[in-house]
Amino acid sequence: MSLLTVRDLRVVIDGLHILHGVDLDVAATGVTALLGRNGAGKTTTVKAVMGLVPRTGTVTFDGTDIGRLPTHRVVRRGIGYAPEDRGVFAHLSVAENLRLAERDPHPAYDLVHELFPELERRRGQPAGTLSGGQQQMVAIARTLLNGNRLIIADEPTKGLAPKIVTEVADVLARAAETVPVLLVEQNLALVRRVAGHCAVLADGRTAHQGDARALLADEDAARRLLGVGAHRPAAPAAPEGGPR
Amino acid sequence: MNTVVLLTCTGLGLGALYFLIASGLSLIFGLMDVLNFAHGALLSIGAYAAWWAATDGGLGFWPAVPFGVLVGTAASVLLELALIRPLYARPRDQILATVGVGLALPALITGVWGSDARPFPQPAALSGTVDLLGAAVPVNRFVLIAAALAVLLLLRLFLARTRYGLIVRAGVEDRAMVTALGIDVRRAFTLVFAIGGAAASLGGALAGLYFGSVNPSQGTGLLVFAFVVVVMGGMGSVTGAAVASVGVGLVQQFANYYTAAGLGDLSVVVLLAVLLLVKPRGLTGRLA
Repeated sequence: MSLLTVRDLRVVIDGLHILHGVDLDVAATGVTALLGRNGAGKTTTVKAVMGLVPRTGTVTFDGTDIGRLPTHRVVRRGIGYAPEDRGVFAHLSVAENLRLAERDPHPAYDLVHELFPELERRRGQPAGTLSGGQQQMVAIARTLLNGNRLIIADEPTKGLAPKIVTEVADVLARAAETVPVLLVEQNLALVRRVAGHCAVLADGRTAHQGDARALLADEDAARRLLGVGAHRPAAPAAPEGGPR
Repeated sequence: MNTVVLLTCTGLGLGALYFLIASGLSLIFGLMDVLNFAHGALLSIGAYAAWWAATDGGLGFWPAVPFGVLVGTAASVLLELALIRPLYARPRDQILATVGVGLALPALITGVWGSDARPFPQPAALSGTVDLLGAAVPVNRFVLIAAALAVLLLLRLFLARTRYGLIVRAGVEDRAMVTALGIDVRRAFTLVFAIGGAAASLGGALAGLYFGSVNPSQGTGLLVFAFVVVVMGGMGSVTGAAVASVGVGLVQQFANYYTAAGLGDLSVVVLLAVLLLVKPRGLTGRLA
């Protein structure tokens, strides 16, 4: 059962065809990983789903066509989005960044502060002065504040130190226990740890959809589709008793 | 000494006038990326609405000022909804449209009331002078300064304390990300346009007080200096606009007096060039 269904998604920007017909099914539970080599169209796909770039094709969320909605109405349907560049407002404080994202009458600050106690300590600090990992925490925290029905996280571990990668993986795994997650990620060790389903893009098209662990266990398929060996080191370690 | 005090007060008064126009212009550009060449027309609408209400309308000066602000604000909202909003994805057409309004409105005013300057009614309480350190400073200079300070304070409170202020500050940084948080940023656009129009039309009404008259090209003439102030202050920065307004007003007054009449305008351009060489993003480069 898919929560988000994308069919024949096409994006043309400044005359350049970026997506040539992407099909994608995001499972109603757990983490669905969107994989592919650099330039395959992963970020453009999630931007198109969010309505941040002009698109054609069908985007259905929980049975409703959202393919023609403006971005703010897509979000109000219950989709939280943490973009690739984190999208924090550098001149606003951490608290203001979070306050801006509030949509529910009772935002889940308890959950956010439990997962990211550091954000509470740094609530008055300008977000632009945070480290990359802390900025990522702000980006993910904004998606957790509201009762979203889907979280889209675009490369949340990009450029982060291994210890922070593990923390982010823990949070995503914890979040996925209650809300489905579409995870765009290059870190295959993290994908192996948290994702159940996956889709692979190549040259702006869907090249593969299926079980994430089965794909990563298949050395040949992983090399062919992703251009890397599946058994890479530096897996983000799950802490004892943490999500696996 | 008397001259310096008088020039300083007059320069601050002129700077206050520039700020009233530039503050809205700066917010509109910072949030919406709209170069609103029709902003001077909004000033003219405020000025003529206040002048009409005070004279033909028989309201007198004090009620005429809020009337002018109200009409200017309504015109500003109408401009945003009818002309700017349909052209958000077409910035070049947007510039052409605002330039068109900026040219058409003075022509319309000329057609209705003629091209001659119309004397602006001066209430008795504001038409005299105040003795300050030996200089006889016109009272209306202080009215302009007080109005600009009040607008600056209100704008800062709006930006710092309200949710829409927060949206505006965030939108200046990354408009797309604001929408990606589920916020309809177009409402903030309309609100910012209304605020900008209100400040400009207040500037228009008070410009009548400062210059003693209103004329159809007043808005266009002041808009040029308002753009200089916006660039100097940093796009989207209200505080930067305030500081730059004071600088431009003072430099213009002192240069006009101590060099030759007309060199004040040139001095402002030189000031802008020097500042941009030293600080290419303006005085602040950020909002509020």
